[in-house]
Amino acid sequence: MEQNHSQTDSGQCPVSRRHFLKGAAGVISALALGACDAKKLEELMQKHFHEMSKEELARAIARLESEYAEKYKTAIKVDATGPMEHTLFGYALDLSRCIGCRRCVYACVKENNLPREPQIHWIRVLELDKEKGVDLAHANSYYDAETVPREGHFYMPVACQHCKHPPCVKSCPVSATWKEPDGIVVIDSNWCIGCRCCMAACPYGARHFNWADPQIPPNEINTNTHYLGNRPRYKGIVEKCSYCIQRTRQGLYPACVEICPVGARKFGNLLDPESEIRYAMETKRVFILKEELNTQPSFFYFYSL
Amino acid sequence: MHNSKLVKFLRGCFHLVIKGNAAYYAWMGFLLLLIIIGVGAYVRQMQYGLITTNMRDSVSWAFYIGNFTFLVGVAAAAVVLVIPAYIYHWKPIKEIVILGELLAISSIIMCLLFVTVDIGRPERVWHMLPFIGKLHFPSSLLAWDFIVLNLYLVLNVVIVAYILYKSFSNEEHNKKFIIPLVFFAIPMAVSIHTVTAFLYNGLSARPFWNSAILAPKFLCSAFCSGPAILLILLQILRKTSNLEIKDEGIWKIAELMAYAAFINLFLFGAEVFKEYYSGTHHLLYHQYMFWGIGEHKAIVPFAWLSLFCNITAFLLFMIPATRKNFYTLNIGCLLIYSGVYIEKGMTLIIPGFTPDTLGEIYEYTPSLNEVLIAAGIFSVGFLVYTLMVKIAIPIIMGKFHVDQPVVSSRTHV
Repeated sequence: MEQNHSQTDSGQCPVSRRHFLKGAAGVISALALGACDAKKLEELMQKHFHEMSKEELARAIARLESEYAEKYKTAIKVDATGPMEHTLFGYALDLSRCIGCRRCVYACVKENNLPREPQIHWIRVLELDKEKGVDLAHANSYYDAETVPREGHFYMPVACQHCKHPPCVKSCPVSATWKEPDGIVVIDSNWCIGCRCCMAACPYGARHFNWADPQIPPNEINTNTHYLGNRPRYKGIVEKCSYCIQRTRQGLYPACVEICPVGARKFGNLLDPESEIRYAMETKRVFILKEELNTQPSFFYFYSL
Repeated sequence: MHNSKLVKFLRGCFHLVIKGNAAYYAWMGFLLLLIIIGVGAYVRQMQYGLITTNMRDSVSWAFYIGNFTFLVGVAAAAVVLVIPAYIYHWKPIKEIVILGELLAISSIIMCLLFVTVDIGRPERVWHMLPFIGKLHFPSSLLAWDFIVLNLYLVLNVVIVAYILYKSFSNEEHNKKFIIPLVFFAIPMAVSIHTVTAFLYNGLSARPFWNSAILAPKFLCSAFCSGPAILLILLQILRKTSNLEIKDEGIWKIAELMAYAAFINLFLFGAEVFKEYYSGTHHLLYHQYMFWGIGEHKAIVPFAWLSLFCNITAFLLFMIPATRKNFYTLNIGCLLIYSGVYIEKGMTLIIPGFTPDTLGEIYEYTPSLNEVLIAAGIFSVGFLVYTLMVKIAIPIIMGKFHVDQPVVSSRTHV
């Protein structure tokens, strides 16, 4: 409905029984929708990320890229780089330094092609009372970022904690979300059915739903995207932080780490003894959010002062 | 030979369904109108997305899922009436069982529709099919729910179709086939509601639901609301058709409801004690429900109304004089139905999300579009029920069978 393609594409792959069943299911749904053209059908019948062969993935990516080009009038590259060996990403955030300026929030919006309308933010910065400590019942995320830091308050940015035991992954009825070997919890945007079980399951409010067709001004699109991360998403599905998978798997820092004006954000490979994150873990006393839930986040907080 | 009987049956059904009195046509017209409006509202939702609802990231499940939960309870409870009927060979309840199973079928259809309208990408629903899609079983509770609800639907359709068709054919039921199915339906009824409770119960992120009392409470409240609908339906049916339903049958069901209503209230009390006496951070959700937080009080009147309904209904069912008086009995049915509907539809889901996991309060009330879609779905349920009853009653009464495939006398439903 959002896109209407007239171009046809004659796919020739050997038809196995499994293919046929999948096809049958797809055709039925397609007819129900009244969407009859070949590309729409191909989108509908697209397999789960893990079940696509290399060729099928390449085809899917080519289709996505042409769809995006048509919608955003820009060439968008969709990459599917896998995890690096001996890598387990970890994140640490220094609450003593964070001033609540929300630059990370907006850097994330730009980098990750977050919908501007209706607005989605993967990072939520909470303003907390120094008197009460980390007490979420009194958190305020609607403070004025022009006047920070405010007297008597401190700031706590929260995004996906990339848990070791992610309750969201457990709850998904179609396995559309999973934890990658490098620790990143990802979503296959073409597989998610939008049931929002994961949103009910997430203790950190890290998952966001596309309540309407996501709007991004074409001139603000980041054309460097990853299949499991910042490629433009769709109406009716869930999205979340991917530790900037399109950057971190290329050895770069996440956008939020790079933009932070006070250096409150540390990121790196937990398996590398020389990494910055390991230094933070070893020299600071870190804590995790909602420890009692045993989600075991890979996102740590600490106070340097 | 067999084929021609089936053709006779289907033609007879068609005749039964299209013929009726003015009230029947008015009722069907009314339901069809609501369905058309509901479809229109759903088309709007498909076009613009779930933004047409008032759900947002903070309250990400609400009215649809509340209705779904309520109806799972109705579906479960309707069938549990099978227990007294079959174990005690209890005459007055036997006809009720068929009508109860029909109610279960229509409720499950409504449940599946409510889940369908709640999901953002209904065309991808094939991802849930085992082997074809990628059903996340046994990890995901929604995967469990998907399986048990569909199984339960098929089971009830098979039972009802078999019994009715055999009666139509003037043939004896094969007890070896049907009795095990009927008994299997009982644990299935319990399981659909338990699994639905676990869907919420298992979420450690939501302390309001993360309590072991949730599944037992679900079952108790279901054994109140399901029979309440049945009692009303039975009275309507014995007035509008010649179906014989004895007073004793109705009173017996009302007595069972009194027990269920009591246990439901007791479990509620146990929960309230635990929350208020320990007074941890998790009390917040109960506080939102009963007193509101700051200026956010939208749910408060509903919470108290539901409690008032449940207590009053319990008293009406418990006292024999009011239980055996059809006037007070019907008031009790309406009260318990409303009480459980508000509880499951609103005060179970919404306080679970308010405040959200990071302490934000988003005050939810359903949008007009949500209400219209829900009304459309309920109309589908009533329509399906009416059509099925229209066929079932003449069969039960022996007026519609293989030697008399077209019912001559007018049956009013």
